[in-house]
Amino acid sequence: MSAATTKWVGRPVRRVEDTRLLTGRGTFIDDHPPTSGVHHAAIVRSPHAHARILGYDVAAALAMEGVVGVITGEDVAKSTRPFAVGVTAPVRYYCAATDKARFVGEPVAVVVARDRYLAEDAAEVVTVRYEPLPVVTDPERALESDAPVLHEAVGTNLAGHRRLVYGDPDQAFGEADVVIRERFRFPKYGSTPIETYGIIARWDPLEGVLTVWSNFMGPFIMHPLTARVLGLPENKLRFIVPPDIGGSFGIKTSIYPYIALVGLAAMKTGVAVKWIEDRREHLLASSSGTDRIAERELAARRDGTVLGMRFKWLDNVGGYIRSPEPGCSFRPTGNFVGPYGFQHLEVDASVVMTNKSLTGPNRGYACGHLYFETEGMMDRLAERLGLDPAEVRRRNLLRPEQMPYRTPTGGLYDSGDYPAAFDRALQLAGYTDLRRRQARARAEGRSFGIGIALAVDPSVSNMGYVATALDPQFRAKPEYLPKSGAVEAATLKIDPLGRVTAILATTPQGQGHQTIVAQIVADELGLVPDDVTVVDEMDTFTRVWSISSGTYSSRFGSVGTSAVALAARKLKRKLCEYAAHLMDVPADQVEFRQGAVRRTSGQGPAYSVKDLAGRGHWHTDSLPAGMEPGLQVTAVFGFSVAKAVDAEDRVNSSNTYGFIAEVMAVEVDPETAAISILEYVTVHDAGTIINPMIAEGQIYGGALHGLGGALYEELLYDESGQLLTATFMDYLVPTATEAPVIKIAHVVSPSPLTPLGSKGLGESSSMTVPAVIANAVSDALAPLGVRITELPITPDRLWRLIRQAKKPK
Amino acid sequence: MPGPVAVRLTVNGTPREGRCEPRKLLVDFLREDLGLTGTHVGCEHGICGACTILVNGEAARSCIMLAVQAEGSEIVTVEGLARDGRLHPLQEAFREHHGLQCGFCTPGMLLAALDFLRMHPDPTESQIREGLSAVLCRCTGYQGIVNAVKAAAPVLRGG
Repeated sequence: MSAATTKWVGRPVRRVEDTRLLTGRGTFIDDHPPTSGVHHAAIVRSPHAHARILGYDVAAALAMEGVVGVITGEDVAKSTRPFAVGVTAPVRYYCAATDKARFVGEPVAVVVARDRYLAEDAAEVVTVRYEPLPVVTDPERALESDAPVLHEAVGTNLAGHRRLVYGDPDQAFGEADVVIRERFRFPKYGSTPIETYGIIARWDPLEGVLTVWSNFMGPFIMHPLTARVLGLPENKLRFIVPPDIGGSFGIKTSIYPYIALVGLAAMKTGVAVKWIEDRREHLLASSSGTDRIAERELAARRDGTVLGMRFKWLDNVGGYIRSPEPGCSFRPTGNFVGPYGFQHLEVDASVVMTNKSLTGPNRGYACGHLYFETEGMMDRLAERLGLDPAEVRRRNLLRPEQMPYRTPTGGLYDSGDYPAAFDRALQLAGYTDLRRRQARARAEGRSFGIGIALAVDPSVSNMGYVATALDPQFRAKPEYLPKSGAVEAATLKIDPLGRVTAILATTPQGQGHQTIVAQIVADELGLVPDDVTVVDEMDTFTRVWSISSGTYSSRFGSVGTSAVALAARKLKRKLCEYAAHLMDVPADQVEFRQGAVRRTSGQGPAYSVKDLAGRGHWHTDSLPAGMEPGLQVTAVFGFSVAKAVDAEDRVNSSNTYGFIAEVMAVEVDPETAAISILEYVTVHDAGTIINPMIAEGQIYGGALHGLGGALYEELLYDESGQLLTATFMDYLVPTATEAPVIKIAHVVSPSPLTPLGSKGLGESSSMTVPAVIANAVSDALAPLGVRITELPITPDRLWRLIRQAKKPK
Repeated sequence: MPGPVAVRLTVNGTPREGRCEPRKLLVDFLREDLGLTGTHVGCEHGICGACTILVNGEAARSCIMLAVQAEGSEIVTVEGLARDGRLHPLQEAFREHHGLQCGFCTPGMLLAALDFLRMHPDPTESQIREGLSAVLCRCTGYQGIVNAVKAAAPVLRGG
């Protein structure tokens, strides 16, 4: 199906979600009164970055007005199990500190009271006795032999290490004409959704069911993990997600330990417990991306052909390695090589634990890091060879005739015309003219720079990638169960008057799923979007779901829409069979056209959806013999290209792969170090675009997340492990004045793997902006020899770099 | 702790009354005591602007105001913008220009924009960006919001 033959797919249909959200009638978790007698929790948190817990005194808190209970680490140790982690190191990660606190803000106790004010009063008088321990926050220091060790059972701060070898990197480096080395640092930042974490938990002791409402976004693998932690059978733990989530960007995956903690509080106190995280808690102890130190090496021929690369990574996951980490290293395994054709790669990935807050998925998960490094290396290669940065990239880009392309690391790029998209970006930016402007500006002594960044944009994670963290020998053991998959389900039903309801198990956070589903179903069934009611309130008791369910890794535009299209087509087949029976003709002589089943010959009566719905519900005897009554279907869409990681560590870590090409021009004021973005172009290939308005909204938002990480945002710690940016006054989020004007264009290479040809787009430019802006600023300051290898490029950091460069050597 | 005190104010044109502790935040009073959950809490320290409402016609952060401070005030929240089953022109413009995604900052953004347009009925784009920088949005990159406010300005001038 292409946009030319569709009425609704491909159009900027206005969102059905907007009316409720614009009038204050959304239902976010904090608006949610799903049960009576709700009490409120306040969490007591460690003020120390590293300390042994010696004891608790909760008597004063328990004596306070309205307090119904206090849960401490002792209860957590007694009544719960540690969470399973993604590495073999024996890290015991409980939902609150039990023996030691390992980062500032780690939960140590929970107070439950009649209202939040009383709970916070009582939390203030909970006394926890600590023995402070030496602190380590620097990932390199953490690996030194005399560094304080966070987890005695592990014996070191190294949570995991893998050396992955693809092709023959040693030979590639041996044969190279040029070898380039660089060290990069990527900062710790998080997307800080404006709605914080929120949970309501109700325990029914007679049924033994714990019901948890929360703004958890998936993946729902965390549901069985949490059930195990609480000692509940999976069918006694019910996760419900309200219809509206106030942004997430990966961050709300990591709410799940709090679900266990608040769930435990409800089970222990016997009252329904609500906890809404405050902003300080969010910055202290929710989740962020990792900070990384990367050593990069690149081997190339004199003509600019890249032969191979070496990545040496040190990813800092904070006090505990929390699942899905170490996805920080392995999420992009299949697209490690990006859009380039080189075949030889060595990846040396270490994951270290230090006394900082915990990490997890954050928009562009692991890809912002990856491309910041790779695209920086491509610019250095161009500089070394005296080539234009665009030309160096062009010489290495995969060509459209190579699609579908199997990368050396196991990825399967499903479609794309990278050179065409890149050319489009260069043309839209007026690249040749920008270079002329640059020459003029330099002649006038101004610092004008142009950056380029290219990226393969992976969507729909294959759950199997996580096992790349494990040694092949471990994965080869007979008791090891291989993992793979990425599925989504959709149910469509037609009521007696012909109205269609679509039911999903997704957890949208602003991506407009209801609108998009209505567009797809309207096209498939010849309706208008208003005829379609879309329900996407995830409930593990009532929805069809699997461990990969959820709304993360840019997956809805690819796998979610596919499930909906598949369900609609299944339903159409049933309607056709039914109508053919009513017409008394073979099913292959009818077709579904313009909202009705008609004879292919064009003769005879037509049966509209409404007509068939009425008959099908009111007169089941009119159904053909053997047809199941009920005009309802469920379709589960899965990708057959989602395989388990193989013995050589190759894995198709995502299922559909888009492409991004960006060009940015900046001017830097060398006196103040202020960076002005003069031009910014982003071209995307995400296959079929279902709603261009929503797609562009994702790109604008993604770009601003990348800009935040590149220029402003950092969770910064001092040597004692205290967070220095624990409010929005210190943790600087871009406002409307910092947002650049963006020129957006699309190139469409439909995916052969999805029924609509669509791919994901949600993370988009969040993964390229750090690279493109760093390259642009480096280019602007190239005459001074300043190179950006560390983010964020704050004015003070840049000013120091400029000043150092100007010093007479 | 001092006991509850009475708070009387006008919200969206309707006189409302409640009793709460003197320390209760205005936003909590609106949400919990008056059931007006359209106003959202994003930071509780006066930066993100999600809780922005109009107090006596001017934009104010309801997370750093106490309910008792609003005694006798005229308050407008997001629930008061649509009239007679029709969206306010600013709401229409947000819908038309994709000025919202998750919708969490939207109530504060709408009221901040309304206050801004009252003072700057014919703003330039850079004035709009400056004026809206008091409210944080993490979804939209602000472009849709800026476009919406720009489009709504002439409609509000005419109305």
